[in-house]
Amino acid sequence: MKTASKEVKAVKLVQDALDKAHRYQEDYHIFNFFNDVAALKKAAEIDNKIAKGEKVGRLAGVPYAVKDNFLSPEGETTASALILEGFTSPITATAIKKLEDEGAIMIGRTNMDAFAHGSSTENSYYGPTKNSKDLARVAGGSSGGSAVAVALDIVEFATGTDTGGSIRQPASFNGIYGLKPTYGAISRYGVVAMASSTDCVGFFTQNAEDLDLLMSITAGRDSKDLTTLPDFYGQDKETFNDPIKKIGVIKDFDNEAVDPQIREALRRKVAALQEKGHEIIELDMPALKYALAAYYIIVPAEVASNLSRHDGIRYGYRSEHAQTLNELYENTRNEGFMAENKRRIMIGNFVLSSGFYDAYYLKAAKARTMIIDEYNKAFKQCDFILTPVSPNPAFRLGEKVNDPVAMYLEDLMSVSLNLAGVPGLAIPAGETASGLSLGLQLVGPRRSDAALVKFAAALEHEPSHLQDDHFDGGKA
Amino acid sequence: MEVNHDVIAHLAELSNFAVTDQESAHLTSDLKGIISYISQLDELDTNGVEPTYQVFEMENVWRKDEILPQDADREQLLGLAKEVQDHQIKVPKVL
Repeated sequence: MKTASKEVKAVKLVQDALDKAHRYQEDYHIFNFFNDVAALKKAAEIDNKIAKGEKVGRLAGVPYAVKDNFLSPEGETTASALILEGFTSPITATAIKKLEDEGAIMIGRTNMDAFAHGSSTENSYYGPTKNSKDLARVAGGSSGGSAVAVALDIVEFATGTDTGGSIRQPASFNGIYGLKPTYGAISRYGVVAMASSTDCVGFFTQNAEDLDLLMSITAGRDSKDLTTLPDFYGQDKETFNDPIKKIGVIKDFDNEAVDPQIREALRRKVAALQEKGHEIIELDMPALKYALAAYYIIVPAEVASNLSRHDGIRYGYRSEHAQTLNELYENTRNEGFMAENKRRIMIGNFVLSSGFYDAYYLKAAKARTMIIDEYNKAFKQCDFILTPVSPNPAFRLGEKVNDPVAMYLEDLMSVSLNLAGVPGLAIPAGETASGLSLGLQLVGPRRSDAALVKFAAALEHEPSHLQDDHFDGGKA
Repeated sequence: MEVNHDVIAHLAELSNFAVTDQESAHLTSDLKGIISYISQLDELDTNGVEPTYQVFEMENVWRKDEILPQDADREQLLGLAKEVQDHQIKVPKVL
């Protein structure tokens, strides 16, 4: 990552990023807020320190973008939902504080699906973000703005959150790296809650090494989030030191529902891994077939609970059409949430309601145990698993936005990781014939984040001649 | 289970939404599709399986019984509300 120095001024780095961000905004609609004044002020302070020979952090003067669901006093934190309009946070998310303490400079807040509900960034109250490769296509989501900001090289990294694929899928739709760490690796303090048992803070970058730096800065126990794990990042067991890996591929994921270009990208990557001496192991994981159904029970249940706090009383939007307190709640929530937010809240209240709890919520919680067991079993046979991130490359704007189940199917191959708490790293895997990005994900056991990043970096630096960058119709 | 207008009205009430008739029609068809999808879990045999609600074993975390400095003070938090009077948040009448 390019940091500020005597030769490279932080002010220049930040000004260049801001210029680009403003220039791309009209076409791509990446940002909800630009932090121009404060960012340039902080950059000048860092330049001053450098001039005086004072110590600066590991991210000194590095401009970055923040998904609009991280709380900090810079601008309003809206989560791209009307109901948080006007909310300027007095507190700062732990992840943001750690980045800023190392000298990173937030240039703006990025667009997302409202409350991170969605897989395209079309569910934003402020309108969709466009794909970095094709303006007629979706950015992916929910962290679409952050992915496009990194893909267009406005910034070298951006924050995201991943509850069911919200970092990995937009990363793969835009040809960049996206890491969803082990559950509990990075503090969720100061992040707008979606589903507390699966939400993860993570990053978008242009290369794997940058993820290592960002993880070593942000991961770790936080007394403000008691679900954070004791520090583990970088303290891998020796078994991970062997450069030759056993890589699992999931039999069931190679089927007609997956776009042929993605299946071909997977085959190419497998061949490249074999060529380098890695061992490929075929895995049978039948419970994963039920991961999406379990996910769309467990997550809405947690969403219904977490989003009950938005009542128009203490902060954010308040309806002007209310005579009584109850009308105020109902109208504020009805006007302030997007259609997808309402669907998830209502499904959550459905699966939790008496009479349906056992058949849906309890059943899904048991399916979750089976999915975890399957991952545990798989990681006895292999070091990492390689799968597609999504069943297709970026789809057209408007194609799925009115069909919730079609949109949910986008998450088919990404949600099981969140249910199991295991880390996943989306890596670029070439392009389609028409130039759309393809991505794959490497999955590791819990706490293997550093090894996963290291392995991805090794793959990046020793590209194989078998790794053709362009899809050639499957003739390779 | 049949998802109809009454079910939507009940779920809307549980969710604290005031749903219009037009929205109710959309939600009925959307929720039908979603519930039909998630119902495929019926096929999975979960007999004898314990449920998971949290992926890591939770353990009790103790800290000293002392007040730690807070990230935001009372005035900052009150400042976020739309209407404040005498250091209290003002709301419409309850009944």
